[in-house]
Amino acid sequence: MEMPKPNQMVLSAKARIVARLRDVLPADSVIEDEAETRAYECDALTAYRCPPLAAVLPRTTEEVAAVLRICHEEGVPVVPRGSGTSLAGGALPTADAVILGVARMNAVLETDYDNRFVHVQTGRTNLSVTGAVEADGFFYAPDPSSQLACAIAGNIAMNSGGAHCLKYGVTTNNLLGVTMVLMDGRVVQVGGPFMDAAGLDLLGVICGSEGQLGVVTEAWLRILPKPEGARPVLMGFDSNEVAGACVADIIKAGVLPVAIEFMDRPCIEATEAFAKAGYPMCEALLIIEVEGSPAEIDEQLGVIKSIALRHNPVELREAADEDQAKRIWLGRKSAFGAMGQINDYMCLDGTIPVSSLPYVLRRIGEMSRDFGLDVANVFHAGDGNMHPLILFDANKPGDLEKCEAFGAEILKLCVEVGGCLTGEHGVGIEKRDLMTVQFAPDDLEAQLRVKDVFDPKWLLNPAKVFPLHVTASRRAA
Amino acid sequence: MKGQGMRPATESELAEVIREARGRLTIRGGGTRAILPEAGAVLETMGLTGVELYEPGALTLVVRAGTPLAQVEATLAAEGQRLPFEVPDFRAVLGRAGDSTLGGVVAANASGPRRVQAGACRDSLIGVRFVTGEGTVVKNGGRVMKNVTGYDLVKLMAGSWGQLGVLSEVSFKLLPIPETGATLVLRGLSDGQAVAALSAALGSPYEVSGAAHLPGQGTFLRIEGFANSVAYRAEQLRKHLAPHGTVEVEEGTARWAAIRDAAPLAGRAGDVWRLSVKPSDAPGLVARMGAEAHFLDWGGGLIWALMAPGTDLRARLGAFAGHATRMKGEGAVPALHPQTGALAELEAGLRRRFDPRGLFSDALVAA
Repeated sequence: MEMPKPNQMVLSAKARIVARLRDVLPADSVIEDEAETRAYECDALTAYRCPPLAAVLPRTTEEVAAVLRICHEEGVPVVPRGSGTSLAGGALPTADAVILGVARMNAVLETDYDNRFVHVQTGRTNLSVTGAVEADGFFYAPDPSSQLACAIAGNIAMNSGGAHCLKYGVTTNNLLGVTMVLMDGRVVQVGGPFMDAAGLDLLGVICGSEGQLGVVTEAWLRILPKPEGARPVLMGFDSNEVAGACVADIIKAGVLPVAIEFMDRPCIEATEAFAKAGYPMCEALLIIEVEGSPAEIDEQLGVIKSIALRHNPVELREAADEDQAKRIWLGRKSAFGAMGQINDYMCLDGTIPVSSLPYVLRRIGEMSRDFGLDVANVFHAGDGNMHPLILFDANKPGDLEKCEAFGAEILKLCVEVGGCLTGEHGVGIEKRDLMTVQFAPDDLEAQLRVKDVFDPKWLLNPAKVFPLHVTASRRAA
Repeated sequence: MKGQGMRPATESELAEVIREARGRLTIRGGGTRAILPEAGAVLETMGLTGVELYEPGALTLVVRAGTPLAQVEATLAAEGQRLPFEVPDFRAVLGRAGDSTLGGVVAANASGPRRVQAGACRDSLIGVRFVTGEGTVVKNGGRVMKNVTGYDLVKLMAGSWGQLGVLSEVSFKLLPIPETGATLVLRGLSDGQAVAALSAALGSPYEVSGAAHLPGQGTFLRIEGFANSVAYRAEQLRKHLAPHGTVEVEEGTARWAAIRDAAPLAGRAGDVWRLSVKPSDAPGLVARMGAEAHFLDWGGGLIWALMAPGTDLRARLGAFAGHATRMKGEGAVPALHPQTGALAELEAGLRRRFDPRGLFSDALVAA
C-alpha cells in the first residue's frame, strides 16, 4: 500500500514541533519517544504500519484546538484517532504525522431523558454510551461489532453501522450535533440537542468523512427507549437463492425485523467447528430477530415463519427462552473468531442490492476457485451489507497480495451490481484505490471540493479515502 | 422547452441549460414548497420524470427528480409501501398550487410527524444525482441503504434548497405501510403539560410515530403496526400516561394529515414560522413568542407559529438551542436561519465551489 513520502521539512523540525506541543499540553499528553509512538503505528488493519512523528492525547476541546493550530502553522499532517479499531486503516499514520487521539476525552457531559439525547466527549466507547443510560431504560442504537472498544469519534468518522440498522439506521441517523475543531484551530458547533441542524446539512457530510474535515470532540447522540424484548428465529435453506427469496418476501410482507443475518455453508461449517452452536448443516442460514412485547413478538414471528415455510426450510428453530436465543446468536457472533482460529482472514464490507445476493454469492464462489482461496460469507441481509471473509496464510509469500486482489475483485462486483465498496467500515487506505471504480472523476472532484473548504491545506488525514494520484496536487499545494 | 421557463427533459439537457446560463436561476419543481426569493430565469425540473427503479423486496426506489409526489405515493401504495418520512403538503399553508415533485421534497428536506420515529427526508435519502453550477453531473450515494463510500453529499443536498445544484435523480429507502394505526388523545393540557406527556410517551418502548399538541384541540399520539400490537400499545400507553391525564383512544390516524400539513395555520393572515428546538424548551419559547396561533409537533421539537406580518421572530427570541425558518411572510426577514462565524464561512465556501457563478443563490454575493 503506497503512502505519501514524509515531508522532510516536518521530520527535521520534530524537536521544535514537539516542544510547541508540550507548551500547550500537560507533559503526559505528548508522546514522541520512538518506543512509545509504536503503539500508534497501526489500527486494526495491522498489515500496514508506520510510527507517527508524535502522538498527542488531549483532554479538552481547547487542547485539541491548540494542537491543531500548531500543526496548521507548522504544516504537519494530523491523523485523528478514536480507539484505533478501524479495519480500513483510517488511523494509519505517516512518519511526518501527528496522531491526535481522543481516548482521554470520554466523559458523559449531559444525559437528558426528557429530550432523549446524551451529550458525550467522543473518546467514549460505543458500548459505554449505552452503559451510561441503560439502567434508565435507554440505549444508543448503532452497534458495530467492535462496540466494546470502538470510540464514538471513530463511529462518526466512519458513519458506523451494526446488526440492527435495518430498524434503527446507522450513526448519521442517530447523530444530532457535534462540536468540531477545524484544522486551523477554530471550534464550531453543528446541530445540537434538537432535530435537523440549521442551514446546509454540514453534520451529514461531517459524519462519514473519515477524519478529513475536522476533529469531532463532542457529540449529541439520540438515545432510544429499550424495546420490551427481542427474540430470534433461525432457519436453514438448501440454496442461497431460496434464502434470498425468503428475505425479500418477509420484507414485502410488512414485517420489519431489527436484524436479518445470513451465513453461507463455509461460514456455518467454520463456526460449527469452533463454537458448536448446533447449527444445521445447510447451504444458507438466516437469523431473524424481532422486537416488542411477548405477544407482539409472537405475532411477527408467526408471519415470518409462515413465509419461511412456503420456501421449504430444512430447519426452522425458534428460541423458546433466553438461553436458546443466545445459542442462536452464538454462532453468528463467533463467526469472525472462528475464522481467525482456522486462518488469517480479510474481512470485506461491500454492499449490494438485496436482489443480487444469489448472483453475487455464485460469482464469489467461482472467483474463490480461480484464486485458490476459500471465502466464507456473513451478510446483513436486510440491508445488503456483505462481509465476505477471505482466508489466507500471512506466512506464505504472496498470499496477502493474492487475497487483496481477490478482495478487490469482490468489491468491483459489488459496484457492478449496483452496490458500493463499503457499507460500514469506511474507505481508509484499504479501498482508496478502488474509488475510481465506483466514482467518475467529476463525482470525486465534488467530494474533494468539500475537503478544500474545510481543510484548505489538506493536512487532516490527507492520504485516505481518495486515490493518491487524485489528491496529489492538492496535498502538494 | 415550453411554457414560462426552461424545462429540460433529460439530465444532459439540464446540464446544458446550466452551462449556458448567464445569470441567476430559480429552480422550480412543482412550485409547492419553495421559500427562498425567486430571481432570474425559471428552470423547471418537471420534464425529468419517471421511476427508474422500484424494488419492493429491497425497499428501494429510484426516481427522476421532477416525478410528481402523488404518482410516487400511488406506485408505492400499490405495493403496501411508502416514503418513511411522511411528506407534508404545504400548498394550503403557503397558498400554492401545483404538484409537488420528489426533487422539491428533497431540496426542502420536507419531513412530517413521523420524523420522531423514522427520521427526516435526509435519513431515507440514499442516493442523488445533481448538476452543479458549472453544469457538471455528480452522483453520490446509490441504491443501497448502507453506504459509507466517500463523503455523504446525499445529506448535503437534502435541505439545501437548490443552493448547491439541481437534483436530477433521487433514491430512497422505503418502509411498509402498517396494517393499522390508532391515535391517543389527551385534553386540556397546557403547552408545558403537553410536552411532558409527549416526552413520557416518546421515552416509552411503545413506538410512538407521531407526537403533537394543538392548543384548544388536544394532545395527540400516534401508534402504527399490526392490529393486535396497536391495541396492546394503546392500552400500555394509556396506563403509562395516566399521571398526565385521561387518555381517549381514537381508531385510525386520519387527523395526522392536518398536523403534517400545518393546517391549523392555513388560510390565515400573517407570517408562518417553523422552529426546530429542544422539546423541553418549546413551552418557554412559545410563551415569549407572542404568536397569534401556534401548535407543536415532534414531541415539542417542532413549533409552528403564526406571527404578525413582518415580525422578526429570531430577533424577538434571541439565542436558543435550535433554529427558525420563515416559511411564509412579507418583508426583509430572511427565510433561512442565518449562520454566523466559521459555519457561515464553510457554507459560503461550499456554495462558491458548487456554484462558482452564483446561479443558484443571492447569498454568494454577500459572502
